[in-house]
Amino acid sequence: MQRFYEVMFIVRPDTQDEDVDKLIAGFEATVTNGGGTIRSTEKLGRRKLAYTVRKFNEGNYILLTIDADGTLVHELERRLRVSEPVIKFITVRMDEEQKRLDKIKAIRATRKKLSAQPVPAPVEAAEAPAEATPASA
Amino acid sequence: MADETTTPRAPEGGAPHSGGPGGPRGPRTGGPGGPGGPGGRKFFRRKKVCKFCTEKIDAIPYRDVRLLQGFVAERGKIVPRRLTGVCTTHQRRLTRAIKQARNIALLPFAARY
Repeated sequence: MQRFYEVMFIVRPDTQDEDVDKLIAGFEATVTNGGGTIRSTEKLGRRKLAYTVRKFNEGNYILLTIDADGTLVHELERRLRVSEPVIKFITVRMDEEQKRLDKIKAIRATRKKLSAQPVPAPVEAAEAPAEATPASA
Repeated sequence: MADETTTPRAPEGGAPHSGGPGGPRGPRTGGPGGPGGPGGRKFFRRKKVCKFCTEKIDAIPYRDVRLLQGFVAERGKIVPRRLTGVCTTHQRRLTRAIKQARNIALLPFAARY
């Protein structure tokens, strides 16, 4: 059962860029070898952490968007936990959310069509007779 | 000479006298009359509306720190619905997003003072 997940993890700030790339390649290989597919890989860059994690106050955020099944996610999480430069990670299941968003989008699209059909042209209002000048004198 | 100077003085002095008190009195009576009229209600509270409903924000992603920050108090607590005006559905999603963001160190569990 393939599902759509977002895996975000933080690499410790003192790792070199090449090592980070190697690390990402390793995780991507894990996903593809396990029967999943990678939708996108995004480096979100260095960010200040909201709280101290393993004595680090900064981290290199990386986001993986994947299609995978439960066992593969389990395996990926195990690897993330074991790999030393990764200081924190989170896996979020997004397929239900995506389904909901698509539904809303579809509903909005149909509504737009309905509202677009009757386009009432702005009719110029007849000018009111400006004859209400009271005799002051 | 004497007649000319005295005759124009009388109407001149009269005209500013009548206009002087009449001018300031008009706006002054209008000022207190406004708030005094609808008595009973001391202050008007605006009806709060859900930001996500009005701005049609469907997704509340845990990555959008800027968005979530607006619904978190100074010390990192989630602001209750009764203060922000967010509807029940969106508050639930918001809460989940904030908790996910806390887990990945995008938001603090408890901010340092």
